[in-house]
Amino acid sequence: MSINKENLNTEYPSFGNYPKLYPSEVKHWSWRHIPPNFSSFSAKFLPRGFGKSYGDSCLLEGGILLDTTQMNKIISFDRESGIIRAESGISFDELLNFLVPRGYFLPVTPGTKHISLAGAIANDVHGKNHFSAGNFGNHITKFELLRSDGRRLICSPEENKDYFAATIGGLGLSGIITWAEFKCRSSPTPYFYVENIKFRNLDEFFEINEVSEESFPYTVAWIDCTAKGKHLGRGIYNRGRHAEVGKDNIPNKSPKDGAKPFPFEIALINKATTKMFNLLWYNKQIRKKTKGISHYNPFFYPLDGVGGWNKAYGKAGFIQYQFVVPLASGKETVRKILEKISSSGLSSFLVVLKTFGDIPPSGMLSFPMRGITLAVDFAVSRNSLALCRELDVLVNEGGGRLYVAKDSRMKGADFRRYYNNYEEFSKYIDPKITSSFWQRIQEK
Amino acid sequence: MYKKILIFGASSELAHQTAIHFAAPGVHFFLAGREVQKLQTISDDLTAREAKIKTSIYQIDALDFDLHQKLFEDAAAVMDEIDLVIIAHGTLAAQEEIQNNIDDILREYGINCTSVISLSSHAATYFENLGRGTLAVLSSVAGDRGRASNYIYGSAKGAVSLYLQGLRNRLFKSGIKIITIKPGMVRTKMTAHMAASPLFSKPEDVGKGIYKAIISGKDVAYVPGYWKIIMAIIKSIPESIFKKLSL
Repeated sequence: MSINKENLNTEYPSFGNYPKLYPSEVKHWSWRHIPPNFSSFSAKFLPRGFGKSYGDSCLLEGGILLDTTQMNKIISFDRESGIIRAESGISFDELLNFLVPRGYFLPVTPGTKHISLAGAIANDVHGKNHFSAGNFGNHITKFELLRSDGRRLICSPEENKDYFAATIGGLGLSGIITWAEFKCRSSPTPYFYVENIKFRNLDEFFEINEVSEESFPYTVAWIDCTAKGKHLGRGIYNRGRHAEVGKDNIPNKSPKDGAKPFPFEIALINKATTKMFNLLWYNKQIRKKTKGISHYNPFFYPLDGVGGWNKAYGKAGFIQYQFVVPLASGKETVRKILEKISSSGLSSFLVVLKTFGDIPPSGMLSFPMRGITLAVDFAVSRNSLALCRELDVLVNEGGGRLYVAKDSRMKGADFRRYYNNYEEFSKYIDPKITSSFWQRIQEK
Repeated sequence: MYKKILIFGASSELAHQTAIHFAAPGVHFFLAGREVQKLQTISDDLTAREAKIKTSIYQIDALDFDLHQKLFEDAAAVMDEIDLVIIAHGTLAAQEEIQNNIDDILREYGINCTSVISLSSHAATYFENLGRGTLAVLSSVAGDRGRASNYIYGSAKGAVSLYLQGLRNRLFKSGIKIITIKPGMVRTKMTAHMAASPLFSKPEDVGKGIYKAIISGKDVAYVPGYWKIIMAIIKSIPESIFKKLSL
């Protein structure tokens, strides 16, 4: 298909701003009882939330993006059980503003709260509590799926089970989620008891991780990817639990939640700044262990505090490489990959390492599996893309797979092997929906 | 605190985002608008946020001027009284599509100007008889100066602002508050077709600002507040220069 690039709408990039693929048109859907007039659509479309997917799974070049973020009402909330039903375009930010004062919290959240409820389902997102809570999709009790033929399917683990499993982690391809219902977890305060522990190398990470998962529902680690040799894999381990009234010292006053803007679209992130950042980050903590009470914003969303940080990689954009490898071969694969990254000289600001638990996901294409996951960012360049291809080999050897929500470059053949439900899933794709990601992985 | 609140154009995003802050135990919302299902969606949202509120839904078209008086009678009967009226309905047509069609222009004026004045006038009469009350009307910064790209919407809003100014002066002695809200550029359904700009605010932030303006009883509130400065600058440009700018 040839696309006239001059008329494309450039206001809807992906989070990594790579690849640069723009829609011909953006439509808005605002009221869930008034379906879009699909028969008037001149091209295929893709439902779109806040565009926080890093690569092309939230893009559709030359097609129609259907922005659902105005569909953001709460439908019902049961104070006793903590079950909330809301329209799909509502953001996690809005949900938190609603839930936290009422003593509840999201059951699972990724590292940004600027995502939509539907996007959280479509990517079956995970967070720091994967080993104790599974993915976000594990907490979904029900949702409504609108197909482009006008059918509205109520999906749950009991009803329309197949569409339920295809839509969770289904990348928005199986239809439009109009509303969803999930069970919140109780959280008497907005605060968390948090401990940060420095570790000197990868082995120490695994030691701390093992004991932490027994007593803390939330764990994650930041790795200094510039460290080599005996320091390889050094970093800071972060673990926490919901603060408890009477046990923890809860502050009276809520901190201000305002992101400091990062408007400069110049390549601020380069080898020198990254090296310095990683050094500062590792050394900001002098003591082996610190502990304290943290509001949920810095605990879960440290980067949301730096508005537009994704632009700091410059105009070319950036890619994130996130993989998971099974535990058995995982330690060795992670070590090899860190060695490759640190010796490449291509460095990354924040490298995140954690382990996934064994709660089975609800979706056909869900990413997490029992194992170790590592996420690393690179500015887009010929070298970084070449490095990613080398990392692919190690991930594949280790029996791992890559995360679609972060991807803009994996090979179609790899995708189809990583996600062996691929063919089964394809049956549930809405005939009028596609994405640039989906088109890409059909090739090669 | 306001307990018996009539909102006209209750399904607008700014009305909804404002109402969220008023939703407290014991509050009764009388949600008026053209489409019942939309009003029901708003009612469900407010009730999910605060179970101890009451809501009533009332179908009415702003252009049915004959029904305006009955709206106030019905709202007062259902809620037992009205202590706050918020008028929030409006449309923003693409100026270049309507500027040469007088029927379209008059229709825009009907929605954004004369119906607002009619409803405000009925609200004023109701509050005057009651001896108290607050009327808050969503005008716009667009009403502060006529611009080539937006003067039909702008002049309709400008007339509303001037009308409210006079009404405020008249009712001041009776203890009735008239609040003119002038939102800046807000990312809503109304402006979804407009190109991105750093001047756009989020509806939730503007809703909170409107709530604060009503609670503090301001006469005229720019929301967000920095629009007061922007508009002061825009108003200060001499016409001889302004007419050459394509704003």
